[in-house]
Amino acid sequence: MERRKFVQLTGLGAGALFLPMQFMGSNIPVEALLEPGMDIAIKKQLADIALNTARSLGATYADARIGRYLNQYVFTREDKVQNVVNTESFGIGVRVIANGTWGFASTNDVTEAGIKKATDQAVAIAKANSIIQKDPVKLAPVEAYGEVSWKTPIKKDFKEVPVSEKVELLLSANAAAMNNGANFVNSALFMVNEQKYFASTDGSYIDQDIHRIWPTFGVTAIDREAGKFKSRDAMSAPMGMGYEYMDGLESEKLEGPAGLKLYRNSYDMVEDATIAAKQAKEMLTAKSVEPGKYDLVLEPNHLGLTIHESVGHPLELDRVLGYEANYAGTSFATLDKWKSGDFKYGSDVVNLIADKTQVGSLGAVGYDDEGVKTKQWDLVRNGILTNYQAIRDQVNMIGQNESHGCCYAQSWNDVQFQRMPNVSLEPGQDKYSVQEMIKDVKKGIYIAGRGSYSIDQQRYNFQFGGTVFYEIKDGEIVGMLDDVAYQSNTQEFWNSCVKICDKDDYRMFGSFFDGKGQPSQVSAVSHGSSTARFNDVNVINTGRTV
Amino acid sequence: MAIYTKEEARKILEKALSFSKADACEINIGGSESGNIRYARNTVSTAGHQSNQTLAVTSSFGKKSGVATIDEFDDASLEKVVKRSEELAQFAPENPEFMAPLGPQTYDESNSFIDATANITPEFRAKVAAASIEPASAKDVTAAGFLNDTAGFSSMLNSNGLFAYNKSTNVDFTVTMRTNDGTGSGWVTRDFNDISKFDSDRAAKIAIDKAVMSREAKAIEPGKYTVILEPAAAEELLSNMARSFNARTADEGRSFMSKDGGTKLGTKIVDERVNIWSDPLNKEVPTSTWNGEGQALKKTSWIENGVVKNLAYDRYWAQQKGVDPVPFPSNFIMQGGSASLEELIKGTKKGILVTRLWYIRSVDPQTLLYTGLTRDGTFYIENGQLKYPVKNFRFNESPIIMLNNLEELGQQVRINGNLVPYMKVRDFTFTSLSDAV
Repeated sequence: MERRKFVQLTGLGAGALFLPMQFMGSNIPVEALLEPGMDIAIKKQLADIALNTARSLGATYADARIGRYLNQYVFTREDKVQNVVNTESFGIGVRVIANGTWGFASTNDVTEAGIKKATDQAVAIAKANSIIQKDPVKLAPVEAYGEVSWKTPIKKDFKEVPVSEKVELLLSANAAAMNNGANFVNSALFMVNEQKYFASTDGSYIDQDIHRIWPTFGVTAIDREAGKFKSRDAMSAPMGMGYEYMDGLESEKLEGPAGLKLYRNSYDMVEDATIAAKQAKEMLTAKSVEPGKYDLVLEPNHLGLTIHESVGHPLELDRVLGYEANYAGTSFATLDKWKSGDFKYGSDVVNLIADKTQVGSLGAVGYDDEGVKTKQWDLVRNGILTNYQAIRDQVNMIGQNESHGCCYAQSWNDVQFQRMPNVSLEPGQDKYSVQEMIKDVKKGIYIAGRGSYSIDQQRYNFQFGGTVFYEIKDGEIVGMLDDVAYQSNTQEFWNSCVKICDKDDYRMFGSFFDGKGQPSQVSAVSHGSSTARFNDVNVINTGRTV
Repeated sequence: MAIYTKEEARKILEKALSFSKADACEINIGGSESGNIRYARNTVSTAGHQSNQTLAVTSSFGKKSGVATIDEFDDASLEKVVKRSEELAQFAPENPEFMAPLGPQTYDESNSFIDATANITPEFRAKVAAASIEPASAKDVTAAGFLNDTAGFSSMLNSNGLFAYNKSTNVDFTVTMRTNDGTGSGWVTRDFNDISKFDSDRAAKIAIDKAVMSREAKAIEPGKYTVILEPAAAEELLSNMARSFNARTADEGRSFMSKDGGTKLGTKIVDERVNIWSDPLNKEVPTSTWNGEGQALKKTSWIENGVVKNLAYDRYWAQQKGVDPVPFPSNFIMQGGSASLEELIKGTKKGILVTRLWYIRSVDPQTLLYTGLTRDGTFYIENGQLKYPVKNFRFNESPIIMLNNLEELGQQVRINGNLVPYMKVRDFTFTSLSDAV
């Protein structure tokens, strides 16, 4: 991501959390979050102004997105509230095709005059650029859905939960960490509601109400004498859920190895902060890893990021085709490999699916941001590469005539483009628990939670860290490890996957602020999996003396 | 939206402040117009225009503050937003770290706004794209690039009499050139306040030449190598290092800058030839001369002859520690030498030329260890000459170790709003190879 466009809102753990500036809207009072927003009939009238103006200026296609984006963020450290932020962003983005070329403009002046002006700008940009256009845009057909709507199935709307309750929960988690030996703790709660209205000249008027939530913290323990500090981040996942995610239901907890508690669709922040403080202290004296080959047992909240980087991104068709060559890069998963029909992306047990419908996931919507109904499809089946992620203007380039429905813009202010759907690893078919998996490993490392991650621009070579590491010797966890990172090659890594736990262990990892595109935009996406084993992976020691 | 003049901005701010009933009130106003073009596969892909304006009011009663913002500036809207911020402040939790707004300050006149940049048109952007696409097509190369230009202003006024105003322009350009056989890739980045300094033909040529030169790279063993880092390669590692110059986290014992219960202020941490400072008035990298809190930004030394000269203290932490606040800088400048890239290569017996580093992530905040990869032009140097392209490497290295292993500094180049020299460094740690082109 381009750091210059980001603002540091708070320090979480030792690393800093950077939020994209454009993700912030205007500050509003908390009660204003509950205001209903513009009436849907008026949205339709205004959207039609954009569509009709575009047509009259010679556009062959147009879509309009009227968006109201409501965010609430709460930041605390130790016993202090650092900030409570309520924001609203409202406006319209108009995208057109004129002379076979895309044009886009947006405005927060959502009036007849403002919309006409933005549409005029969008058409003017398209016409100016058509001079250098070589491949006129070809859109895959899409059904005219008429007037439809979709909502995230939430149980508790975050906007209706008092701020005091949220502050109290974060401060309780902080207190739990401090009482259990932490020196510092930063915690935060991010809540997002996208109210988006989409209309296009293809005959759809789609109203959607989307919710996301992410509780997180960083707990730091310090050994001043040794001049060392260690941080342990939260084991939560950002989710496409309402505030009910914070209920901490016992039925959604899993007992992990080494006293870890792992969370499915409900998160116990106070319990996790308690364990985090103890583990952060334990990290200060953990054994430094001996570099070499290990069998890795990767927990879903860790493996999700590996899936994201080594499967999600390389199978984005825009990357494969070169549209992202100047920023995020291209992909090793080239069209010739896919066309061969026998490219072994992973071992036979590896099945990776793309999905925009999974309940509770960050990517779940009814329709994407160019009005395509969402679905689920295979990316890798029995280890073989079978498909990519593609949208309306690209899918013809792989001989398909139906968009996969994964187009997204982070706000009304930004142009929509191909974004990663949820990409998940199917659980193993046979009954197999994490405890059984660890028992079967002679020399290995169990890794839980997200850590440092880096991968090249074609997604071959990667290096991942984690939140906590435990050494496995002869089927037993024998202690905590430090300075662990593994390096591998995507195809080699997925072909070394020998076993995946069953569905009882299945959980989702999430990325709340995934960056892509120029200007850079964020999106939120989930990656589900059960714990999986990868044999003979190269582990390096990251300890240094300076 | 117009870029408001100093007088226009002051008038709106004064009007808004006249509605305030709080103990303290601070109002910031800002706006920007930006345009962009994106191209790939030797043709244009997306382009757009974005316009933003906002006014933010922070009202405080005692240690309780509330912020409200609005994008309409008529009298009724201004009164509404001030009232809203006051309501929010009444219900806000008390902030024990609250600092009252600053009084009037003296600022230097900035030189960060250039008319030519503010007047860029869609047709100009299309021409810049064409300047990449046409020569690329002629050389069996594919261009993908991005040009973004912004013009904006910001201004603030508070109830203690502080007023500040600045306007600035900025343009960022990057292009990646890939050979059509997929084995070579070159890249160039440029950024300016003044678009007239931008030579799009020359930038495209450098990236095309690198792409063609980097075809069919050889694999050489990872390990420790002498490297010549182009400024774009060094800049991001230095930016990451700059983030550790925070006095508070150092004092708290959770930073590379922590030492013996205190900080590394006054400690030599890198080679004595390393000098890094910030300066908002530098002609090559001008910025605003004040920050969002209204603090004046002045030339500040951060590393002098290898010794930590300053750490950044926010106003609260400075008060706690009984020192003057030191604002975070808006740019950084690292002293260079006189050697050109060609001269640095000529003086290298064995080494690797690195165009840029990619996907840099923190591995260990304790040692400032980072990992990432080389990208878009990595070449083996032998006996003063570029011998052949090499496959990309993954590195695991700390900028602290890198600046201790300094061999030679070359000329400075503007990168991402900072000035960074070419640098030759010994024993740079590459830990694995990548097949990525």
